Amino acid sequence: MSVQAIIEAKAVSKWYGQFHALKDINLTVHKGERIVICGPSGSGKSTLIRCFNRLEAHQEGDIVINGIALHGKMNNVAAVRSNVGMVFQHFNLFPHMTVLMNCMAGPMWVKGVSAAEARKTALQFLERVRIPEQANKFPVQLSGGQQQRVAIARSLCMKPDVMLFDEPTSALDPEMVSEVLETMTGLARDGMTMVCVTHEMGFARAVADRVIFMDAGQIVEEGTPDEFFARPRHARTKLFLSQILKH
Amino acid sequence: MLYPDTVEAEVLVHKPWFVATMFGVGLYGRFAIGFAIAVIFTLNVVLIGFAPLKLQIGIVWLELLLLFIAFFETFHLSLPFIREKLPFLISQGVVTTLYVSAISIVIASVIAVAGAVAKLSSNGFAYAIASFYTSFFRGLPLLMQVYLIYLGLPQLGFVINAVPAGILALSLCYGAYMTEIFRSGIQSIDRGQWEASRSMGFGFALTMRRIILPQALPVIIPPTGNQFISMLKDSSLVSVIGVWELMFLARTLGQKTFQHMEMLISAAMIYWVLSICLELIQSRIERHYARSKVR
Repeated sequence: MSVQAIIEAKAVSKWYGQFHALKDINLTVHKGERIVICGPSGSGKSTLIRCFNRLEAHQEGDIVINGIALHGKMNNVAAVRSNVGMVFQHFNLFPHMTVLMNCMAGPMWVKGVSAAEARKTALQFLERVRIPEQANKFPVQLSGGQQQRVAIARSLCMKPDVMLFDEPTSALDPEMVSEVLETMTGLARDGMTMVCVTHEMGFARAVADRVIFMDAGQIVEEGTPDEFFARPRHARTKLFLSQILKH
Repeated sequence: MLYPDTVEAEVLVHKPWFVATMFGVGLYGRFAIGFAIAVIFTLNVVLIGFAPLKLQIGIVWLELLLLFIAFFETFHLSLPFIREKLPFLISQGVVTTLYVSAISIVIASVIAVAGAVAKLSSNGFAYAIASFYTSFFRGLPLLMQVYLIYLGLPQLGFVINAVPAGILALSLCYGAYMTEIFRSGIQSIDRGQWEASRSMGFGFALTMRRIILPQALPVIIPPTGNQFISMLKDSSLVSVIGVWELMFLARTLGQKTFQHMEMLISAAMIYWVLSICLELIQSRIERHYARSKVR
């Protein structure tokens, strides 16, 4: 494929002490691609995407983000991180700052953008996640769904090339899941490169270009949503899908 | 003289009804006083109970204060003597106490931040030095540290004046305590805050200064306020090496005329007032940081 690769993972392995958390992972994410990673808990899916901005270190193999290899002695990790947005399960907004300031902080402090410019960008992205009227509130004053949308806006303000989502809807009340998924779907429609760890199979079906199934630190199966849901090849995948789609 | 009756049975003070009345009135009198006190006390408590919270607190404070003043009144303090010595006690003693404490507080805070970061770091040297430091300076009596620094450092060739020695001892001692306070405050912040900062490309110093410390401060401030108040009073220990601060003057000014109590009580009141000022500052800062918690 001639499309530029944004994330390239080659033969990546990671251990926590004796525990082999990631086993020989090979994955390439191209520009504009939407990838959903699913799998049972403890299968290493969160660990994998946390390696993509080096919140976690891998011990073997190579991870290359936008042409920059991640390793322990790199001195431009901030440049990589500011290019890779991340949305967490528990939002991790900065509770001592207003929503607006949460969104302005990154561009101002990391990229050296002026306050006025950062403010403009922040308001623009808050508009996009449809909560501009909450700009001057503090995160605790918002509902879970609103907080997660602020977290998405905060990441977008850094103008990243790729967004990582680490179970963005798992900590939300059921009625707030859809507003966050809609925001993410909107992002996907606009062509953002996305890697999502999620159990929302409806979202995967509607948005993903590729679905990846992980178990016990390995990529067991990957394919387009149609293939993946209609004709899973591996027994482990079938079992997982039957468990998760039963309800 | 009136005509005295010769019949003994007529003596008034031996008449049973008179004796009984005397006893009764006496008993009633003790009772009446007890009754009056009980009524006043109960009424006081009940009435205060009706007042709004702020007023309640104020009245109880005032009453306890009056009791204390009554207690001091029993010493028969010489007010003219106090009035004569007070200006010097303040211009020399309080000023010295305040600047020794203030400088020590600033240095201790700086030490505490550095110490806390070192204790949380994965660098063996930093951790070892910081933990040795906190262990040593928390484990020795402050009085001994004052002596060790004032009398011990000259052994190494650093002849040091009493005031800097006192400041050094106070800073190091309280820096050690505050290191532990800061460390626990920093540790109380959720890992997710670090991860979010890191994921946006914030470096260590930026994350610490803009994200972690501002959130740790509300946790850190109450115990730190305690430390500040405690340090203000422990600054009296530097009087042993001859610094003319409040405690030193309180002990020496009254000596010549044996009016110890006058000066000691004056100094005690001054320490108290200064502590109250610190308490007020603390509660104001706490209120400031409660902002982001309002729903």
